[in-house]
Amino acid sequence: MIAELGLFALCWSLVFAMLLVIVPTLGLWYQKPTWCKASGVYVLGQFVFVAIAYLCLTLCFLRNDFTVVYVLTNSSISLPWFYKLCAVWGGHEGSMLLWVAVLSLWMVAVCGLSRGLDDAFRVRVLVVLGGLSVGFLLFLLATSNPFARQFEVLDSVGRDLNPLLQDPGFLFHPPMLYMGYVGFSVAFAFAIAALWMGRVESSWAKWTRPWTLAAWCCLTAGITLGSWWAYRELGWGGWWFWDPVENASFMPWLVGTALIHSLIVSEQRQQFVAWTLLLAICAFSLSLVGTFLVRSGVLTSVHAFAVDPLRGLYILIFLLIVIGGSLVLFALRAHTLQRQDKPDVVSRESALLLNNVFLAVTMLTVLLGTIYPLLIDGLGLGKLSVGAPYFNTLFIILMLPMLLLMGIGVHLRWQRDVLRTVVVRLGWAVILSALLPFVSLMCFDRAMTVPIYAGLALACWVILSTGIALYRRVQRRGLTGLTFAYLGMVIAHLGVAVSVLGITISSGYGIQDDVKMAPGDHIQIAGMHIMFVNEENLTGPNYHGSRTRFDIQDGQRQATIYPEKRVYDVGKMPMTESAIDVTPFRDVYIALGEPLDETAWSIRLYYKPFVRWIWGGGFLILTGGFLALIDRRYYLTRKTHDMVIE
Amino acid sequence: MRHIYWRLIPALFFGVFVIFLWRGLSLNPHALPSTKIGQQLPDFQLSTLDKPSVLSPKTIRGHIALLNVWASWCPACTEEQVFLMQLAHDGLLIYGLNYKDQPIAARQWLQEWGNPYRLIGQDREGRVGIDLGVYGAPETFLIDQQGIIRYRHAGVLNAMVWQNEFVPRIKQLEGHQQRA
Repeated sequence: MIAELGLFALCWSLVFAMLLVIVPTLGLWYQKPTWCKASGVYVLGQFVFVAIAYLCLTLCFLRNDFTVVYVLTNSSISLPWFYKLCAVWGGHEGSMLLWVAVLSLWMVAVCGLSRGLDDAFRVRVLVVLGGLSVGFLLFLLATSNPFARQFEVLDSVGRDLNPLLQDPGFLFHPPMLYMGYVGFSVAFAFAIAALWMGRVESSWAKWTRPWTLAAWCCLTAGITLGSWWAYRELGWGGWWFWDPVENASFMPWLVGTALIHSLIVSEQRQQFVAWTLLLAICAFSLSLVGTFLVRSGVLTSVHAFAVDPLRGLYILIFLLIVIGGSLVLFALRAHTLQRQDKPDVVSRESALLLNNVFLAVTMLTVLLGTIYPLLIDGLGLGKLSVGAPYFNTLFIILMLPMLLLMGIGVHLRWQRDVLRTVVVRLGWAVILSALLPFVSLMCFDRAMTVPIYAGLALACWVILSTGIALYRRVQRRGLTGLTFAYLGMVIAHLGVAVSVLGITISSGYGIQDDVKMAPGDHIQIAGMHIMFVNEENLTGPNYHGSRTRFDIQDGQRQATIYPEKRVYDVGKMPMTESAIDVTPFRDVYIALGEPLDETAWSIRLYYKPFVRWIWGGGFLILTGGFLALIDRRYYLTRKTHDMVIE
Repeated sequence: MRHIYWRLIPALFFGVFVIFLWRGLSLNPHALPSTKIGQQLPDFQLSTLDKPSVLSPKTIRGHIALLNVWASWCPACTEEQVFLMQLAHDGLLIYGLNYKDQPIAARQWLQEWGNPYRLIGQDREGRVGIDLGVYGAPETFLIDQQGIIRYRHAGVLNAMVWQNEFVPRIKQLEGHQQRA
């Protein structure tokens, strides 16, 4: 009964989404303000019914209703309740439902928080979002109904959630990622609405930026969590694999990053408007393409869900309508938004433009690498896969000038600046960041290679130059002159530098060792003394296996960690639960391989210096974005707008 | 309409992209077509689990039959057992290949879940499985009157798979037989 209620609610939300598209559009056409006003009710209606559907599915999971196919395939009786909650999005159907739920949430937020906007514009934004909901709800109902029942298998205990997904990281990672993905739909809707109106108001960028920042923050959090989850759970000691699904989340992030930078120019200088619109369209388009790549099974991946060509076809047609339509609209309408005053070559505008170019090129590189196997296969040239070396090489090459630019850009003035004064100001920062890596590596007595040196020097450069910029700002305007947006920029840029440090050092000086160890054995690695103490049997709620104990002696510091090997009862899938001893400056990561004889195991050891800094940097970037989001100016404008209307 | 050309570039780029995605849809990266389809069953002589007999391609020849690969250690196998029982009840001949299993455990499992098989060959080391290209249990092969493999389904056999994949092929095979 609950499943049927959920399906019923889903149908109703589709009705509301359709009404949201049709009635206000007609209202705009026939100039009936009351029809336009109804949009708020429809948004709320859609949200309420999607929420009911989502709750129904959750209830089906909690009640172990295995007549629902989706519950049968993604849950089991012995699954702990909190994993049941996130098993709701553990498969294809549920994750699409989550997508729609998140979209509805964003729509309610837009509807509620943008009352200051011009009515004609606001209605258009909501109509565009309504159109997207129609597409996704139809997709759910037509090809991937999460409430479908079956009555063949009645004795099952459930096929269990994929053990890889049974991890705390999975509680937060997908919802955050989806908040980000779907959040770009708001920027997209703003862009389409502007193109539809045929004019961009000066406040357009000011309205779009907070929404974009919010989505971008969620995506940043999602990617950081995903990387952390992969590190903990996949047991390979890596934190980024350039897997198609990771790339699918990384590409919108790159474009989103470009977008929040170009929105600054559009907001403060009224320039790059057409480019900003294109980026807004692209950011969301890439989210959609990412969904297509993941859901249609066109690309194989660790993350990919079940293959179904019908779903792929539907999403492809949907993509064609949404992305193709908006790009054509852009081609036809963007010229009406052009402005003519050109900034100087040496100016903040140019630096931000260059930043955009680099980010866009990086995105295209990642896109090319991701779909290259598809291109080759499509041309009938055989099957192949593009590996991490391609991505690593090109990504690093593109990031070097980007980081260099990052240090200069924050010092340039709008419209026009003199390169010489900036060079003089930053002269000693250049010298210091060239010398610092040398000195520090000497102190720690480490070998140095070109990539390590470049990474360290550039990270130093970004930190120093951002520090100088902050110092000068405080000197000129005092501490009160610091806006949240500026502080956010500083922290986010420092976050990038911190991540670069982490990546450089952990990949440059990390040690990996595969050894055979039995209880009682010792090993020395990177000046640490590691001892395999014992092994014992392990029984969990839905798995059993072995738990081993390792003692780590690192100078004065003593630590004990417990790597496990689990076999999940339902799927019989063996899983490595690696264990990590964490300090801010290094990780010791131990994963159990295979048992070799009665007592000995093959054991994989990693020593990863500074690896935490990668996610620390991600967290700083997120904080920066959040600070920019709560900057006062976005909320001040809202008030003045209200006053104008009243 | 100045400079409309550069503004068309994203749309054109996307157009090309869609063409490739569309072609990509028809290519299935997971498709691992069995090379055995259209070929005779490999030669094997297996002692049977429940009757003092031998399972070989010769026993299977002469009628349309299913060869179902199962094991007592395979939880998914229990899920198709109800359906297999029904098929056997409707008169279809189903042969079992007990894949990498212990006879005692297998017999117990049959008592618990039902035995739809006419004969069950014991493939304890999985040699026949290798010859057949089996890559997991359950797996079901459709064998025609001449003992030629016509179709292979990897995974649980349910009513939908049966209707979509097996029934049309069986009808076709029966048609051939009548004409001949």
